[in-house]
Amino acid sequence: MFRTSLRSSIRLVSRSAPSTLLKSRLTAYRCLSDEARSRISSAIKEKPVVLFMKGTPEEPQCGFSRAVVQILDLHQVPPEKMQTYNVLADPELRSGIKEFSEWPTVPQVYVNGEFVGGCDILIGMHQSGELETLLENNGVIPKIEEEAATATA
Amino acid sequence: MPIDTIALEKAIKRAIPVTHLEIEDQSSGCGDNYAIVLVSEVFEKKTTLQRHRMVNELLKDQIAQMHAFSQKTYTPKQWEELQAKSS
Repeated sequence: MFRTSLRSSIRLVSRSAPSTLLKSRLTAYRCLSDEARSRISSAIKEKPVVLFMKGTPEEPQCGFSRAVVQILDLHQVPPEKMQTYNVLADPELRSGIKEFSEWPTVPQVYVNGEFVGGCDILIGMHQSGELETLLENNGVIPKIEEEAATATA
Repeated sequence: MPIDTIALEKAIKRAIPVTHLEIEDQSSGCGDNYAIVLVSEVFEKKTTLQRHRMVNELLKDQIAQMHAFSQKTYTPKQWEELQAKSS
């Protein structure tokens, strides 16, 4: 992580004017660059559900990411409403998303641009039924009609 | 440097009042994978997300050195109910 931030700071410095050199380098070293921040801001709004994970839904590289993929799958989140990002393929995103969300771990789930949580929270919400409600209220999955619900009850 | 259970326990207990705490090292000794169960009155009237953010903040330095960190957060009342249910 140290090396990543260093590398991105060097990149920033080479692009800046000499007078702002020191300032921008210090800023870049400590926090997310504006460029990375705006990149993530648009990424979280790309689709109703956005998942930052290690690996891909087909081949998760971590058990926690796998669990979140399985939960979203269980709720039948349609593929066209979901976007996943593999943080292992993008070192800047990997460190950037943690700072952006102020959340220290990956996976991370966003619904309509709002941070929902990581694996623990998703599992908890799945068990309590909150996740279903959240996905329904955000138009990600269709609401189960009252009639249908009483018919099966 | 690997994190040990005692360091985690100290960091938590220093910061908030703790009713019950379980720390499980799931890393088979290398210290980079922990799961905790934390019961505290400070979680009253807070959403799960707010509680987790709170714990993440107070264990910021430790979590940064781990590969995985998993948490369950309860208020004393929730914990009592949970114990009653499982017994």
